[in-house]
Amino acid sequence: MSEDKKITKEQVKHLAWLARIKITDSEESKYAEEMGEILKYFRKLDEVDTEGVEPTHHVVDVVNVMREDEPEIKPAENILKIVPAKKDRFIKAPRIV
Amino acid sequence: MVETTELKVKIGLEVHCQLTNLKSKLFCSCSSDYRQSPPNTHVCPVCMGTPGSLPVLNRKAVEDAILIALALNMQISNKTIFYRKNYFYPDMPKNFQISQYDRAGGIPIAKNGSKKLEVEKIVHISRLQIEEDPGKISYEGTIETSKSAFVDYNRAGIALVEIVTEPDINSPKEARIFLQKIRSIMEHLGVSSGELEGSMRCDANISIQGGTRVEVKNISSFKEVERALNFEITRQKNLLRTGHRIGQETRHWDEARRVTISLRVKEEEEDYRYFPEADLVPLSISEEEIERQKNSMPELPEGHMQRLMTQYDISRQNAMTLIDNKALAEFFEESAVNYSHPDLLGNWIVGDLLSYLYEMDIELKDAKLMPRDLVKMLELIDDGTISGKIGKELLKEMLISGKSPDEIINQKEMRRISDSEYLNQLTEEIFSSNPQAVKDAIKDPKAVRFLIGQLMKKTGGKADPQLANNLVNEKLKTSKT
Amino acid sequence: MSRILELSASELVSKIRTQEITAEEYVNKCYERIKEVEDRIHAFITLTENIALEKAQEIDSRIRRNEKVGTLSGIAVAIKDNICINDVRTTCASKMLENFIPPYDATVIQRLKSQDAILIGKTNMDEFAMGTSTEHSQFGPTHNPHDLDRVPGGSSGGSAASVAALETTISLGSDTGGSVRCPASFCGIVGMKPTYGLISRYGLIAYANSLEQISPIARNVADLALLTECIAGQDNKDSTSIDSGTQNLKNCLVDDVSGVKIGVPEELFGIGTDEVVSKAVWEAISKLEGLGATFSKIKLESLEYALASYYIIAMSEASSNLARYDGLRYGLRLDDENYDWSTAYSRNRDVGFGAEVKRRIMLGTFALSAGYYNEYYLKAQRVRTLIRQELSKAFKDFDLIIGPTMPILPFRLGEKLLDPLEMYMCDVDTVIANLAGIPAISVPCSSSQGLPIGVQMMAPALREDVLIKVAFSLEQHLKPDLELKV
Ligand SMILES: [Mg+2]
Ligand SMILES: [Zn+2]
Repeated sequence: MSEDKKITKEQVKHLAWLARIKITDSEESKYAEEMGEILKYFRKLDEVDTEGVEPTHHVVDVVNVMREDEPEIKPAENILKIVPAKKDRFIKAPRIV
Repeated sequence: MVETTELKVKIGLEVHCQLTNLKSKLFCSCSSDYRQSPPNTHVCPVCMGTPGSLPVLNRKAVEDAILIALALNMQISNKTIFYRKNYFYPDMPKNFQISQYDRAGGIPIAKNGSKKLEVEKIVHISRLQIEEDPGKISYEGTIETSKSAFVDYNRAGIALVEIVTEPDINSPKEARIFLQKIRSIMEHLGVSSGELEGSMRCDANISIQGGTRVEVKNISSFKEVERALNFEITRQKNLLRTGHRIGQETRHWDEARRVTISLRVKEEEEDYRYFPEADLVPLSISEEEIERQKNSMPELPEGHMQRLMTQYDISRQNAMTLIDNKALAEFFEESAVNYSHPDLLGNWIVGDLLSYLYEMDIELKDAKLMPRDLVKMLELIDDGTISGKIGKELLKEMLISGKSPDEIINQKEMRRISDSEYLNQLTEEIFSSNPQAVKDAIKDPKAVRFLIGQLMKKTGGKADPQLANNLVNEKLKTSKT
Repeated sequence: MSRILELSASELVSKIRTQEITAEEYVNKCYERIKEVEDRIHAFITLTENIALEKAQEIDSRIRRNEKVGTLSGIAVAIKDNICINDVRTTCASKMLENFIPPYDATVIQRLKSQDAILIGKTNMDEFAMGTSTEHSQFGPTHNPHDLDRVPGGSSGGSAASVAALETTISLGSDTGGSVRCPASFCGIVGMKPTYGLISRYGLIAYANSLEQISPIARNVADLALLTECIAGQDNKDSTSIDSGTQNLKNCLVDDVSGVKIGVPEELFGIGTDEVVSKAVWEAISKLEGLGATFSKIKLESLEYALASYYIIAMSEASSNLARYDGLRYGLRLDDENYDWSTAYSRNRDVGFGAEVKRRIMLGTFALSAGYYNEYYLKAQRVRTLIRQELSKAFKDFDLIIGPTMPILPFRLGEKLLDPLEMYMCDVDTVIANLAGIPAISVPCSSSQGLPIGVQMMAPALREDVLIKVAFSLEQHLKPDLELKV
C-alpha cells in the first residue's frame, strides 16, 4: 500500500461485515478517515528493516504444554443459566437463511 | 459450446476425522462421549468460549496425529504452532476455530504424505492438522424454513484431524475408495471409528477442465461423498455444456434433497484472517517421540491384508474388502478360528453378509450377528441340515433378530425335509394333479425338472434336493409301466 | 475517615490476626469510605458488600477459634471488572457484558480466596481494557483522587483510584500496554506488570492475549510484593503460565541498591515528554546513584517503533478475542425475531460495543486481512522481535532500565477523548515491557502542582526481585508531596 493510498468506504464496509459490526453509511466515511489516520501512523514501521527477522508469536520459551486425556464431569447448569435465549436445552440462534 | 464428456475432473479432499478414541475434548476436559447425551451437557467455560477461559492441549490428540502421519507416510514437523481461523457462525463458540491451517505459511503437524489407491494410483496428501470440531445446529424443518436455529455445543471442541489431499482424485468412485482406505487406516490405528455417526466428514474441491475450483462443504458421511461429487460434476458439466462460466464459490451439500446449494454471495467472500494462537505454546515433536509412536504402531491395513491371505488362504479380493472395514475383518477372524473352511467363510462375509448390511443400511456393530452363530449356520449347510439357499435366508434373519440358527430353524421349520415317506406322499399328489407334465417328462428327461420344482415349492424349498430328485425319477419309472 | 484505612496490608494482617481489630470492622470502614467518596471518584462498577462481610465474619471467627488463616487474611482487594469472579457480575465496563455473571472463578480469584483476602468490589475500567484514561467505560469515567477534574489513567483506572482514595487496601488490574502502570503513576501509587506467564490469565477476559498480564496495585512496595507472591505461579489452566522459580519478593524489601547497574535509554525521554516528568525521573535516577547504584545513558533504537508495533498486535488480537460476543451464549442480545443470524450479530455488536472498541476491532480486522497481514500484523511481530533482541542485549550490561512511566501529567477529562491517536501516544513508554514480556513497575517519584509523577523500571524476565528491591529503596528516599481531594 503506497503512502497516499487511503482506506476506502468499500473497504470499511467489508471490514464491518467481516467483524460483524453494523455501521451506517455516514459512519463509513467517518471510519475511513479515522482509520486512515491511524494506519498512516502504523506505516512508521516501513522504516524498519525486518529482512530475515522471525516474528515473535510467543514471548515465553515454553513448548509442549499438554494435559492428560482425562475426562471430568462438570455440571453445565451455571453455563446454561446465563444463555439469553434457549429452547429446552438448546441454545436458540436466529434463523440461518 | 464445450464438449464435456471427456473433460478431466480433479478432486481434492479435506477429510475431517474425529479422534473418537479420546476420552476428553481437544482443549478441555469435557467428556467426548457426547452422542447419547442431551444438548449442552458436555460443556464448560473453555468449549463454550466463555470470556476468560483458555485452551489446554490434549496430549493423546498429538500422539494420535503422529500415528496417523506415520501411517500416511508423512513428514512430521519438529516444531509447529496453532492458528486461529476467524469466521462467524452460530456453531462456533468463540467465532474462531483453533486449527493449524495457515495460508500465510504456517506449519501443520505433518505434511507431504501419500496413499496408494490401487496399483498405479497414488493420492498425495499435502497436510495433516489438528483442530477442534464446531457444535451442531438443528432446525425445525429445513435450514431454509426454520425460524430459529438450535445449537448444541456438546460436539464443540471435540478433537479432529484434517487430512488435506492434492487434487489427485479423478472420479467420485476414486474419492470413495480413498476415503475407505482412510477409514480403514484410522480404524487399524484405533484412533477413529468410522462407525460412529458424523465421525468422518469431508469437504471437496472440484474442478473440471475449463472451469474454476468449487468447494463443496458439509458432506456429513463418507457414504454421501460419491453422491455429492456426482451431483456437482454433473451440475458443472451442464453449465459448461450450455456455455456458462463456473465461478469460484463455496457450496453446501444438502443431504436431504441431494443437491449442492450456494450459500454465499460474492461480495461476502470470507477472509479467515489466520494468525497464531498465543494462548497455546508451540508444539515441539522430538525424534524420540516419533520413534516411540513408530514402535507402538499397530498392524496397518496392508499388513493385515497379507496376513489374512497367508493365514486363512483367502483370495486377495476378499482380503482387500475385509480390511476396508476393520470390524468386518475382525469378525472374519473371530469366526475363522472356529471353522474349517475360512475361504468359504470369506465368500459368505464379503458376499452375502456385506450386501445384506448394505441393503439394510446398517453397520456390522448394529447388526446382532455373533461369529459363533455364523459358523454354526455354515456347519448346518455342510452337514446337510439346510440348503445353501435356506442358509441365505437364515443369515438375513439372524442379522435382524440376533437369534441363533437353531432357534430360527426350529421356529420357522427351515430344517431340510429328508422324510421320504412324507415326500413320497407329496410326489403322489403332484403326479395326479399334473398328468400332462408327467407324460412330457416320460418323453423328455429335461421336463423332469418341472416336477422336482413342484415338490420343492410344496416344501418351501426345504426338501432334500437329492432325495426329491430320486423320488420323482423313481415315480416316473413306475408311471411308464 | 478512619486511620485503619491508611494502614498497609501487612500491618492490617497482623492487627486482624491478633484481634486488635476485626476483619469485619475494617471491611465496614472500607464500605463507609466507599460510600463517602464514590459519587466523586466512581472507582467501582459493582460492590460485593454481602459476600465481603460474610467472608470477614468467617475469618474473624476462625481467628477467634485459633484456626489457620491465609496470608491476606481479612485484606480488602478490589478487582478490575475484567477478572471473573464466580457468580459476581463482570462487565468489562461494556454494555455487551452488563449482565454477564461468570460461571467460574479466575485462577487469581481462587488464590486470593484461599489466602483469605476479601473481594470488596469490581472496579471501573476502559471498556474491554482499551484505553489510557478510563473514560471509555460504558458506566462513566473514574476521577483522579488527586484532582477530580483529571483522569486516573487507564485502563485499570478504577483499581488504581480505589487504592489511592483509600477505598480499599490493594487491588488487581490488568496491564496490556501500561494499563496498570499508567493509572498507578497518575494516582501516585505502585503498580507492577509482571513477566508474561508469571500470573495465570485464566479468568482474565482477553483484550490482547499475547501482551496482557493480571497485575497488582498497592500503596507501597511491600504490599505489592505480598500481593504478587500470593497470586503468582504456574497454573494448569493457562498453557502460557510459567514457574516463578525461587523468587522470594519479601526478602527483597531491603534498602540497598549498591552495585545496581541502570541503563537510561534516551528514547524514553523523546518528543512529547513533559519537562517536569523528565526532571522528576532524572532526580530519581540521581537519588539511586547517591545510594550506590550506577547508571549510563544508552540508545535503544527500536523503541521508537514500539508503539506502532504494539497497537497493531493488540488490535489484531482484540478483533479475534472479541469475536465471541455475538449474543448467543452470554451477553447482550437484542430482539432478533426478524433477522438472520449474521444481521442479528452485527446489531448486537453495534449496540453492545462502544466507539473505541469498535474502532480497534475494525483496525485489527484490517491488519489481519488478506493482502495486509504481512505489511501490518507480521511486520509488527517482526519489529517486536527486534525490540526483544535489543532489550536482551541491553540487559547483558544493566540490571534495570529506567525512564518515565507516563510522558505527561494526568490530563483533564475529555482532553484527549476526541483524538484517538493522541490518546494512544500516551502509552509510548509502557508498551515496550508488554511487547518483550518483561516485568515493569511504576513507583511514585515526585509531583507537580499536586499531580503525581511515576518512574518506570524494567528488568529482564522473571527478575521482579530486582524491581521490588530498587522500588523499595526509592520509596524510602522519595516522598512525593501529594494530597487526596476526597
Ligand atoms: Mg478444517
Ligand atoms: Zn469443555
